[in-house]
Amino acid sequence: MPAVAETRKTVETLGQNTYKWGFETDIEMDIAPKGLNEDTIRLISSRKKEPEWLLEWRLKAYRSWLEMREPTWAKVHHPPIDYQDVHYYAAPRKKPGPKSLDEVDPELLRTYEKLGIPLHEQAMLAGVEVPEGQEARAPIAVDAVFDSVSVATTFRKTLQEAGVIFCPISEAVQEHPELVRKYLGSVVPVTDNFYAALNAAVFTDGSFVFVPKGVRCPMELSTYFRINARNTGQFERTLIVVEDGASVSYLEGCTAPMRDENQLHAAVVELVAMEDASIKYSTVQNWYPGDENGRGGIYNFVTKRGACRGARSKISWTQVETGSAITWKYPSCILQGEGSVGEFYSVAVTNNHQQADTGTKMIHIGRNTRSTIIAKTISAGQSDSTYRGLVRMMPKASGSRNFTQCDSLLIGDRCGAHTVPYIESRNMSARVEHEATTSKISEDQLFYCRQRGLSEEDAVGLIVNGFCKDVLKELPMEFAVEAQKLLQISLEGSVG
Amino acid sequence: MNAITPVGVNASAFLDRGDVTGNAQRRKAADFLRHAGLPRAGVEAWKYTSLRALADVPFTAAPHAVDGGAVDTLLAEVETISGLGAGASRVVFVNGSFDAGRSRLPKGVRISTLAAGTLPDDGIDPAGDVTTALNTILARDGLDLVVPAGVDGGCLLLVSIGQVDAAGPVSFHPRHRVVVEKGARLALLDASVGRGQYLHNPLYDITVADGGYLSHARIQAEGKQAVHLAVSHARVAAGGVYDSFTLTLGASLSRHEVHAGLTQAGARVHVNGAQLLSGHQHGDLTSVITHAAPDCVSRQTVKNVLSDHARGVFQGKILVERIAQKTDGYQMNQALLLSDGAEIDAKPELEIYADDVKCSHGATVGALDDDQLFYLRSRGIPGAAARSILIRAFLHDVVDQIDDQRLKDSLNLAVEAWWTREVA
Repeated sequence: MPAVAETRKTVETLGQNTYKWGFETDIEMDIAPKGLNEDTIRLISSRKKEPEWLLEWRLKAYRSWLEMREPTWAKVHHPPIDYQDVHYYAAPRKKPGPKSLDEVDPELLRTYEKLGIPLHEQAMLAGVEVPEGQEARAPIAVDAVFDSVSVATTFRKTLQEAGVIFCPISEAVQEHPELVRKYLGSVVPVTDNFYAALNAAVFTDGSFVFVPKGVRCPMELSTYFRINARNTGQFERTLIVVEDGASVSYLEGCTAPMRDENQLHAAVVELVAMEDASIKYSTVQNWYPGDENGRGGIYNFVTKRGACRGARSKISWTQVETGSAITWKYPSCILQGEGSVGEFYSVAVTNNHQQADTGTKMIHIGRNTRSTIIAKTISAGQSDSTYRGLVRMMPKASGSRNFTQCDSLLIGDRCGAHTVPYIESRNMSARVEHEATTSKISEDQLFYCRQRGLSEEDAVGLIVNGFCKDVLKELPMEFAVEAQKLLQISLEGSVG
Repeated sequence: MNAITPVGVNASAFLDRGDVTGNAQRRKAADFLRHAGLPRAGVEAWKYTSLRALADVPFTAAPHAVDGGAVDTLLAEVETISGLGAGASRVVFVNGSFDAGRSRLPKGVRISTLAAGTLPDDGIDPAGDVTTALNTILARDGLDLVVPAGVDGGCLLLVSIGQVDAAGPVSFHPRHRVVVEKGARLALLDASVGRGQYLHNPLYDITVADGGYLSHARIQAEGKQAVHLAVSHARVAAGGVYDSFTLTLGASLSRHEVHAGLTQAGARVHVNGAQLLSGHQHGDLTSVITHAAPDCVSRQTVKNVLSDHARGVFQGKILVERIAQKTDGYQMNQALLLSDGAEIDAKPELEIYADDVKCSHGATVGALDDDQLFYLRSRGIPGAAARSILIRAFLHDVVDQIDDQRLKDSLNLAVEAWWTREVA
């Protein structure tokens, strides 16, 4: 078929220039020497002026990490990682107290501008409602993470008035040590897995969110991550705690500059939802995927997990994954509270030599818990994309339900799409349903669109968008626009 | 995946029994088993089934002389559950050795058994999986059957009887080869029964040539203390059909691993099955269907009915190679949990490298549907009968997919016999 042949050709010609966010900021860095040992951890801890218990916690994680082996079950291939060849700490040099954006390094601001971060003016999207009695420019609060240290946090006052804490986790350690100590590592224990243990040992920063009882967070919370300096790993740690009856929507967006050497990113995200609480966690991930020959790109080995501790609590993960050379990521829900709800909506796009092994885990512990999994996988070029998901019904999860749908779309005949669901049920009255399909864009659909005057590219765009619609509609409005754009950028070369 | 093989449980009890000198395949299998060991939890291919318990059982080679009366009783049991009585062609193996006296060989097909100690050069990778390796090291006998080109071999019953007296646990590892030549046909019903503590580890080497047709149904009704570890390697050529079905009823621990390869365009394979387990039984059906040529079709439906503390495992992979465009693959796994202690672990897997394919899978797990029960009861059917209707309908759906009417009838009989026993 000429259409397919053409598509293949274009996939091949898709060059590295298409990575729009590839640039590097030249800012003086405060960098720890390469390598990982107890001294590195002590250095990080002392730079962060951390209390003794946190240092002990890190060292415990490091010691158990030494005993662990890298997981090998994922369907990804990469040369062995030399964990001693990484900088574990890099902080932009701080000027004393940047109280306003004017005081922030202009180079940094330019970076944000190129990224299109809605940090200040951009944050005010037209038509977004402003809660009464609050600053007139308050739709989104942004905590921008520039490498390892949060540089700017906006709208904190508005949030403070509502009782919401939203700050870098390093700050939370200083200002709310009792909260951090109570919840840190309570969802993802330090010994959980190889990368989570590594993160616990060396994490430098991340976000902390605390929404107290009964509070509906007045705005969407958003963090933009960037990996910037050469050879620095990024070990973010995010902790979100939502108390009884409270709710929050959290957005996470990622871009990284282009570079040749592979970079390691091992983040940990922990969510805690108490009774009647709800957390919506949305991610658009667009880190550098490597060039068309598979050189460079980010290794994204992330542990994300949410605990629905209270009855009727709800955690919803939505992700659009277009970047990274390798993605290893399974946002999960532990459905402990009776009647709690877990959701996972995912679009994963791989092109060129990208590899993605991503999915979710839904662990049903409590009675009448429910989970929904909708995963859309699109593979193009010579990439491999795997959905790997676990649904487990524990003996006490009576009356629980799961529905899973995984659809894969292949573009070109040199890519791979794989589906590996694990279904484990130990309760008779729990019901699990799973369905998966794999297909390409059908000639009929293309013909129908072309016949009505759409160009091939528009037709494919339309079909792909329709394929992903179930997931994209779950994204907050601000993100949905960006996600659609990203889908187009990621695939535009491959669809003519 | 990185090439780190987790080391399983030491398999030296089996390795010591095999004489691997003078045979490269056996040496390779022994090296593999020595390195890999008997799998325990954590090995991805054996995620839900551990062979750890096997290492502690002092299995010995099965004796040739056994109690004839007991064997005849077991043979009669096979006739009852299969419905294939005195007139049917059959090949009987007792404790893994060919029993000429009880066999009635069919006409038109070439049949022989492996000479003691030899191993055919069948191209099966002796180090591909543990079950195959174990068989390769210890195989002593087996059926060697060829249905010549254009011949309809009719219906053949292959019986395995495990009869163990008080002397202690034994193991036997028959290696069967079935070749259906160009345009030939065969319906093969394969039944395993037994008493006592034993390990039955059969290997089926199956070749279906161009336009050949093999319907292969297995009734695994081993004794309660038995361990059953079967592996099938099937290759299907252009326009050939391999229609397979595994009914798992017996054994305390069982696994049937099917490797089916669609090697030429237009081949078709069905890997269906049902596992009906109760007590503390553990049944595992694992399959890898490899589409290595374009325009092939594969179908798989596996149903589990689990009661008491039984555990059912299904791992089914459909692998579509780059060359296998226009593949049509479908896989369905369903489990009915009849008690709170029962457990199902399913891993239906698609691994796809070709873009112009139609592949899908589905899985459902749950109890009997309350609405359906209510519907029946509201029409005056008592609760127990309503349950019976729904469970048998659930199973009928998959048994009905067997193409060959004779085999379908046998399997339906076996399911009925199981159900009668369950209710009693």
